[in-house]
Amino acid sequence: MNRLLALARANSRNPNAIAYAAMLIVALLYPEVAQFITGGNGDALVGLAADAGVFVLLAIGLNVVVGFAGLLDLGYAAFFAIGAYTYAMIASNELATSPLHQAIHVPFWIALFVGLFVAALAGALLGAPTLRLRGDYLAIVTLGFGEIVPRVYRNLNVWTGGVFGISAIDPPTVPRWLGGPWSGDPFGFLTDLQLTSANLTGFYIVIVVIIIGVVILVNNLQRSRLGRAWMAVREDETAAAATGVNTVNIKLLAFAIGASTSGFAGAFYGAKLSVVNSDQFSFTISITVLSMVVLGGMGNIPGAMIGGILLYFILYKFLPDAPNQVASLFQSVGLGWLNNTNPNGWPGIGEEVNRLKFIIFGLILVLIMLYRPQGLLPSRARRQELTHDEVAGIGAPRELQS
Amino acid sequence: MLERIRSTTRGRILGLAPLDLIGLLVLAAAIIFVIPRVADRGAGYLAQVIVFGIALGAIYALVALGYTMVYGIVELINFAHGDVFTLGAFISLPLLGAFGLVEDKSHGIGLLLGLIPVFLITMALCALVNVAIERVAYRPLRNAPRLAPLITAIGMSSILEGAMFLWRGPFNIHYPDLLPANQIPIGGGVTVSAKSVIIVGVAIVLVLALSLFINRSTLGKAMRATAQDRDAAQLMGININATIATTFFIGAALAGAGGIIYGLYFGTLTAFLGFTVGLYAFTAAVFGGIGNIPGAALGGLLIGMFSQFSDAYVDTAWTQVLIFALLILVLVFRPSGLLGMRVPEK
Amino acid sequence: MDSILSVQGLTKRFGGLVAVDNVSFDVNRGEVFALIGPNGAGKTTLFNCVTGFFAPSFGEVTFDGHDITGRKPHQTVKAGIARTFQNIRLFDFMSVLDNVRLGFHSRMHSQVWDSLLKTPLERKEEADVTERAMELLRFVGLERRREDQARNLAYGQQRRLEIARAMATQPKLLLLDEPAAGFTPQEKVDLMKLVHQILDKNITVFLIEHDMRLVMGISQKIVVLDHGEKIAEGNPAEVRSNPRVIEAYLGKSA
Repeated sequence: MNRLLALARANSRNPNAIAYAAMLIVALLYPEVAQFITGGNGDALVGLAADAGVFVLLAIGLNVVVGFAGLLDLGYAAFFAIGAYTYAMIASNELATSPLHQAIHVPFWIALFVGLFVAALAGALLGAPTLRLRGDYLAIVTLGFGEIVPRVYRNLNVWTGGVFGISAIDPPTVPRWLGGPWSGDPFGFLTDLQLTSANLTGFYIVIVVIIIGVVILVNNLQRSRLGRAWMAVREDETAAAATGVNTVNIKLLAFAIGASTSGFAGAFYGAKLSVVNSDQFSFTISITVLSMVVLGGMGNIPGAMIGGILLYFILYKFLPDAPNQVASLFQSVGLGWLNNTNPNGWPGIGEEVNRLKFIIFGLILVLIMLYRPQGLLPSRARRQELTHDEVAGIGAPRELQS
Repeated sequence: MLERIRSTTRGRILGLAPLDLIGLLVLAAAIIFVIPRVADRGAGYLAQVIVFGIALGAIYALVALGYTMVYGIVELINFAHGDVFTLGAFISLPLLGAFGLVEDKSHGIGLLLGLIPVFLITMALCALVNVAIERVAYRPLRNAPRLAPLITAIGMSSILEGAMFLWRGPFNIHYPDLLPANQIPIGGGVTVSAKSVIIVGVAIVLVLALSLFINRSTLGKAMRATAQDRDAAQLMGININATIATTFFIGAALAGAGGIIYGLYFGTLTAFLGFTVGLYAFTAAVFGGIGNIPGAALGGLLIGMFSQFSDAYVDTAWTQVLIFALLILVLVFRPSGLLGMRVPEK
Repeated sequence: MDSILSVQGLTKRFGGLVAVDNVSFDVNRGEVFALIGPNGAGKTTLFNCVTGFFAPSFGEVTFDGHDITGRKPHQTVKAGIARTFQNIRLFDFMSVLDNVRLGFHSRMHSQVWDSLLKTPLERKEEADVTERAMELLRFVGLERRREDQARNLAYGQQRRLEIARAMATQPKLLLLDEPAAGFTPQEKVDLMKLVHQILDKNITVFLIEHDMRLVMGISQKIVVLDHGEKIAEGNPAEVRSNPRVIEAYLGKSA
């Protein structure tokens, strides 16, 4: 207890520690509060939070690529798709209709890791020839990859269900060694629980546990030999190479780790939704996750997480609900005529609000980069890196730099 | 980025670098794959495919020029450029009405006289938008880490798409069919649509005008100088900011014209058209040699042909995949493109 | 004497420009070897060829008995060559300590999973590296600035930090590119002392420098480059009185 207090006191000024603590507390209380507020109908809210959790995972992963290693990946959704489709193919009846003629049903937790490995492999294959390209080119290559992957999945319809995607994916099963409120058992180490759409709280708990695990692991990476090398490569690749860092390998590691996280999240997402379809993995997803990382604080894990939570709820709760809210608001202040839709285009002010998504992404990316490049919750080093003026002595022109 | 300058005389086979050889082999394989299908469908079909390819290629070339000029001068991919192209089409729609050009009712001289102001105004507006984008999103970040302007570029693209989405909604937008529908016979029973001839003609005129400007005018010379060595150009008294702004101006004007042409030729638009066309055009620019103006024109033409051949003889579903795969392959194996890159020496 | 670095017929062309033209020399183990010449003579280009930033157009580089021609920069570091830069390239926003700790990167053995899981190997290596980095900081007199960001150091301290970082890679040969540029006379004296202390650690020093007094006072052997060609080689006295060298620096006398 004393150690805990000492730890708390030492970190009381540390914004990151505060952020972690806050998120943990919110995460623990959220389901109960949601049920309370909605009088027992909180399932939708809990399911929403579980989906948000998937995106938080994506943000943490992309943060490794963009924030730690400084590589702009504009096709992050590709690995998300790979994870989801891989899971869907090995944990459903899909392969029965493929040339394989045999459906396979790999258990949930193993299948998650298969999704992770396939995505990691894809990341390594894409990264190996392309990571030595300069930043702009790499960005566009990843953009292209992000367009290719979902399209390929859609085209190979014998294997992937084509335009319709794969449905009826096996639900996850979680062990229930702890009997408790969500299973209604007194005390049992028995049968595994199948999580279906009736049990969104189960999904929520699983993703929270996964996130906690991933945060610990990625934090370890950041404070290690590898994390230091990433920072060096991001700051000055030439100097890093001159100090013995194999810059291509280091970048490849970041890219593959980012891809694995995305694949893992994708597999979970596929299991939760029970349906995967190539339309779910468009460029919009890639740019959503990028906006989350930029908004929250590039290079800072809790920053990326907060960016994820914030933007997810804005995009998937606030905006879709807004048409009704806005419509009634305008109605109440006597501007109700703005709600009328016009068959020639104006869809009513409510729907217009909902269509703001793309402008929101754009504004976040541009305004943050121009006025607060360190994001909402900056890492200490990053804050200074992006906002400093050229300091005499270090700002001299650099030879060998392209 | 770490650019190791390799000795290029090592490891040549048959006088070609091994990677060029792989490229040629892939090309040969592709041709072999396609030939039976081409023969299958006959010469008339082939002629149509080629005509479409050239027409589309002309449009891609117009957009590619903007990408290549901007990259050649500031080494930045202006992701928003493709959306300026779409903006051109969008802006021209109300203008067409304003100048009395109506589908099925406008012909001949009247049509021509009406189109000229539409083109000029659209091009000017697109140019101004692009200049504003440069001023707001790129110039302040000229000395920031490389990642920053890349992110604002994507952001700007998103803003433009979002704005057009808000303006005209998610559904397909109809563009008036104004060009004459005649078919012009060119012998052997093959005909070419007057539309194709017109738009290729317009594209050629614009590219020639650009060429004249770059090579003969003072401003053009300033652009070339700044592209080669910014510091030296500055020391010679060239106003760098103005020169860069001019580059953005011209590139967007061409793209805006491209947008109008696209609308006239294809008849439908969406707010997100620029995303795909932009990527194709960028592929064309890289393929021809980034920063290299004739390269962009050539690249545009080749990508246009490539996409039509793929649509016609492979499958439309695979065309996008093939083109993006081509982009990745070119960047990895031959980043200097066909005619060589022209980027600032540092 | 025992040659640690041998450059044979080294040539580097950039298109039509020949930056380094058929240069050959040997650097002996344990000595201070200097490369001098007027600006633009090709000295840094030669450094870049030796350390793998440029692949030579022709010629060979042999280090410690191994052919390292054309190897990548991080490979030359692993082989035992470290370098500093003319324009100081520190990791501005990393701490002084982290800059030096990074130097140990290529000598550490922990892998991705060690970092991921914070295994005992990783923990021990980190503690080890931190201690040795502190030693190096003490060596260059920067131990009290260890938590500061590198960009906040004074110019002279930054140069010393760059040297400490280079030494962290455990080199056998240390390449210093104009280490005394911008130094006051006192700082130059301190630098000479530091170089001697580096020699005491069995590290050979190969430097590019413009300050003649420093070069003459510290080096055992000097090679002079002009327009990419070697025009003289020998000990300080020989080089100082070589007419070609005088001409290269001062122009033809009337």
